Amino acid sequence: MTKDVAVLGAGMHPWGKWGRGFVEYGTAAARAALMDAGLDWRDVRSVVGADTVRGGYPGHVAGATFAKALGWQGATVTSVYAACASGAQAVAAARAQILAGLADVVLVVGADAAPKGFFRPAGGDRPDDPDWLRFRLLGATNPAYFGLYARRRMAVHGDTLEDFALVKVKNAALGVLNPYARYRKRVTAEEVAASAVVADPLRLLDICATSDGGAALVLSSVDFAHRHGVARPVRIRAVSTVTPRFPNTVPDLPDIATDSAVAAAPPARTFRASIAGAAYEEAGIGPEDLSVAEVYDLSTALELQWYEDLGLCGEGEGAKLLREGATAPGGRIPVNTSGGLASFGEAVPAQAIAQVCELTWQLRGVAGDRQVAGARVGITANQGLFGHGSSVVAVR
Amino acid sequence: MSYTRKPAITGWFTGEGDGFRLLGTRCTACASVFFPREDVHCRNPHCAGGPLKEIPLSRKGRIWSYTDSRYRPPSPYVSDPELPWEPYALIAVELEAERIVVLGQAAPGVTVADLTVGMEVEVVPGVLHEDEDTGTTWTIWHWRPTGVAA
Repeated sequence: MTKDVAVLGAGMHPWGKWGRGFVEYGTAAARAALMDAGLDWRDVRSVVGADTVRGGYPGHVAGATFAKALGWQGATVTSVYAACASGAQAVAAARAQILAGLADVVLVVGADAAPKGFFRPAGGDRPDDPDWLRFRLLGATNPAYFGLYARRRMAVHGDTLEDFALVKVKNAALGVLNPYARYRKRVTAEEVAASAVVADPLRLLDICATSDGGAALVLSSVDFAHRHGVARPVRIRAVSTVTPRFPNTVPDLPDIATDSAVAAAPPARTFRASIAGAAYEEAGIGPEDLSVAEVYDLSTALELQWYEDLGLCGEGEGAKLLREGATAPGGRIPVNTSGGLASFGEAVPAQAIAQVCELTWQLRGVAGDRQVAGARVGITANQGLFGHGSSVVAVR
Repeated sequence: MSYTRKPAITGWFTGEGDGFRLLGTRCTACASVFFPREDVHCRNPHCAGGPLKEIPLSRKGRIWSYTDSRYRPPSPYVSDPELPWEPYALIAVELEAERIVVLGQAAPGVTVADLTVGMEVEVVPGVLHEDEDTGTTWTIWHWRPTGVAA
């Protein structure tokens, strides 16, 4: 039995700081995905929403919120929260329903209206919450963790600030070509170097912004797609939502310390590498099969780390792969053809879904000036706070 | 006004001066170390679990990485918005005996320019912030390069 599900429709609301509510963005993205699929909302029997958390509770529980905004029509509803991996968890939930035969067609929606400036935890005194603790006791923002990774790469692998800037230059050039991207302007290495330091050694232009945005997918069984007249749909072949393995020995958001390796040997693969590894194993492919990859470039330095964690190159060779142009358009494995978070910014529950939208357009061959010629296999990689893996493999 | 010193978090560190230590817990069955302290169950999935015993962590370690915070962090970090923002360095330190990496702010006056990966640092008592309203000095741990005077 095939474990594939079909991507019948993909839709987005442009990223930006629009100052409107997330329901509007998600509903617009959902309508676009339904139109792309050629389906009427009333034909959808299940909707999965990726939650937007406000004040520690998923304000307007997402699945129901979008279902109401689209017009109550009696569909089954599911809502999921997995921080930055919420979108991938939503895809996983939809896929499970389809493969179990519980639903033929599922609408997946994620959207956010992000706060200005740093992300921060919900209010109140909550010393049992690691996310609250790292702000309260250390003032450790997300960029602080990105800075730690970046400095570590410089010390261990010899990465330079110029390498990091090149990632931004590449992704900004791609964002120019994407009508859904927030930033549609080329950036030079000099501009990155001239931007203010946020968390040493990273500059403002090394770090992704917070944004508003929405993304949606219409997924179905492959049989349904065929009956619907889509002979060769883009198919989702794997979804990885794995947790780390103890001891997790790389300092990571939002923790104040790593696990100790005194009693158990560290796993052969780091958490990030295991996310991609699980996706490859389920899909029965390897990094050599990829045409395109969308990775979670919260910072420029982190994109280089993903090259290694996806197995696009050996450990410590990320900067070399970038400098060779392998991850740029026309290269062996273009990465972040959408423009990445560098061009979009973070709209937390939407971004893992947006990554799959880009794969869908690339695999259909409709990505316009961003198109990777003959794209056949794509992967997304992302990571959600508190140990949520997130990777999707799509093929055509 | 005289301030009362109180730990910003209970049970994570103890002592004064050279006797200052971070406190973790150790599983009596598998010897896994936990910081922040784990007081309920051992989190090593290979361990059936045993009582968790409080232990002081090593005083010295080596820098795994470091960064700083050039912009004021949002709450629940406490800082006085009336005062200009003073960046602080943040250090991730590897403790060899515990095989663990622990983050902490650098001692006042230590900047990223003073640090390198692999440099030895020691844990010292520090102040997180002072609260005029309650007359409380909230204390915390800091990392400081060894051989540097307070």
